[in-house]
Amino acid sequence: MPLDTSTEEIAAEARAIAERLTPLEGPLLPILHAVQERFGHVPDAALRAIADVLNVTRAEVHGVASFYHDFRSEPAGRVTVRVCRSEACKSVGADRLLADVEAALGVTAGETARDGSVTLEPVYCLGLCACGPAAQVGERLLGRATAERIAAEVA
Amino acid sequence: MIRVFLSRDAAAKALGAEAVAAALAEAGVTPVRVGSRGMVWLEPLMEIELGGVRHAFGPVSPNDVPTLLADPSGHPKALGPTEEIPFLAAQQRLTFARCGRIDPLSLADYEAEGGLAGLRRALAMSAEGIVGEVKASGLRGRGGAGFPTGIKWDTVRTAPGERKYIVCNADEGDSGTFADRMLMEGDPFSLIEGMVIAGLGTGATQGYVYLRSEYPDAIEVMSEAIRLARDAGVLGPSVLGSGRAFDMEVRVGAGAYVCGEETSLLNSLEGKRGVVRAKPPLPALEGFLGRPTVVNNVLSLATVPAIFEKGAEHYAAFGLGRSRGTIPVQIAGNVKHGGLFETAFGMPLGRLVNEIGGGTASGRPVKAVQVGGPLGAYFAPHQFDTPFGYEEFDGQGGLIGHAGIVVFDDSVDMAEMARFAFEFCAIESCGKCTPCRIGAVRGVEVMEQVIAGDASRIDLLTDLCETMKDGSLCALGGFTPYPVLSALKHFPDDFFPVREVAE
Repeated sequence: MPLDTSTEEIAAEARAIAERLTPLEGPLLPILHAVQERFGHVPDAALRAIADVLNVTRAEVHGVASFYHDFRSEPAGRVTVRVCRSEACKSVGADRLLADVEAALGVTAGETARDGSVTLEPVYCLGLCACGPAAQVGERLLGRATAERIAAEVA
Repeated sequence: MIRVFLSRDAAAKALGAEAVAAALAEAGVTPVRVGSRGMVWLEPLMEIELGGVRHAFGPVSPNDVPTLLADPSGHPKALGPTEEIPFLAAQQRLTFARCGRIDPLSLADYEAEGGLAGLRRALAMSAEGIVGEVKASGLRGRGGAGFPTGIKWDTVRTAPGERKYIVCNADEGDSGTFADRMLMEGDPFSLIEGMVIAGLGTGATQGYVYLRSEYPDAIEVMSEAIRLARDAGVLGPSVLGSGRAFDMEVRVGAGAYVCGEETSLLNSLEGKRGVVRAKPPLPALEGFLGRPTVVNNVLSLATVPAIFEKGAEHYAAFGLGRSRGTIPVQIAGNVKHGGLFETAFGMPLGRLVNEIGGGTASGRPVKAVQVGGPLGAYFAPHQFDTPFGYEEFDGQGGLIGHAGIVVFDDSVDMAEMARFAFEFCAIESCGKCTPCRIGAVRGVEVMEQVIAGDASRIDLLTDLCETMKDGSLCALGGFTPYPVLSALKHFPDDFFPVREVAE
């Protein structure tokens, strides 16, 4: 999100997104996805605008947004790295991979680097269970991932 | 002009298929991008048509491309005719018959390989006849619960309601499973056709595919396939000109494992927190927006076209006991030949692990396999003669779930896996019921004490598991005891190392 996007602009854009998607049956998740795609996270100002359009309380929208792992209340780093922690990947060294990636990137799982360069998150299954350990750097999926490969993709 | 095929499956891409595609483009070759054949250890898998027969090459790196194009048959990566590769030749593919063979976004290819034949047949049948055909096939829910699909459809068919829904559960969050993803990326029209037939059988006119956000490739292919199907009149106000309406769309999940549970999925689809609903009412009677709703797994729905194309009897002729038809087994984890292996129910677990899967990738002995995702039981090698079937696995204190098998070698610490089962449950619990919400957190604590050497906590552990099993609203809390207790039962040495040293 550009730093100069004002609260009013966020609210106006979020309102437009919400109004466009309201005709759907069960519009809230599509709205939250669209807002996050636009701003990189779901800003507080957007929650108010969405609640207003859907005629529900802000608490209800917040409750939904905070339930799901995908929706962020704060912007992520410039690159998001996800490392799978599930059983199939654990069987081929996912725990070691995550520790190595933490060391290589200098950031703990679940956190964003201070300089905003990278966010590292655990993920529970990318569906690459026959070629683990699996990871994702930005949009790019990696099978049989190593910390070196991941660090190289981030750079 | 030679015909070249290259997988566009997410696993193939994760192993470098796009770099191979770029090398092919440089050589002036445009490959047909197909789904995966399911032999993940050979990805990126490339196929070249030689004398009208597709020959496989893999795993292909970009450097292989020039030499492969110059002299395919003599190449060191040559694997011979694709369908003669033992892993493929030993399968009975009904649900995945087309996957890896066709361009997933070519409706013409789909029809050329039997697609839409089932739908055409269904259009000439009554709703009752359609449901009867599904019942006769013996098809049971492939998401894990194994509930007879035809009975579920019949409940929706006879339920009063102006508007009914077909909801496809494509929230495939179980570790070790990727069949839904592979199918949606490799043969999306089969899912669309299955959902249309479900609509005709139940009177539903709208479908939703609730697809997890972790599957961007599947979302893209599925959405595009729906658009193409609508353009071709397979979807819309008059399905194939019949005057019967059915349309559908993709809805993207938001990273909540529990939304794979059907009532939680419905809440999520409605735009609510993905918390579980108490049953009754059944979703078949009061589902999406309180209306009659079929909720079926991807594989259940995608198998329906084959049942209608070949007939219920043909499908039911495969299988074992009350597990009829075929099951796409996903062989994953620390395994040499990982991938998708569709076979009639009944194959012993050990054969899938050791013969088909080739044992561990690390070359070390197999210590345990977890079947059915993070909520499935761990099996020890002494149980490997268990035939793959719903009742047979239940008899061994396990479940087949979504038919994923995760293989572990002897370096795995089963106490840590038991601890992780609770940790996962704690992270993903929706919070609605106490046994799951609190029990999972207490479970992590108790397992940490056990791992630290306090064997006296085992009684509390089993007691906690009993409470979660009996008291949880859904399978997340209710089945977390499966991996925990099976690990404890079959691998007690991993739980008491400190005590053994003391003795």
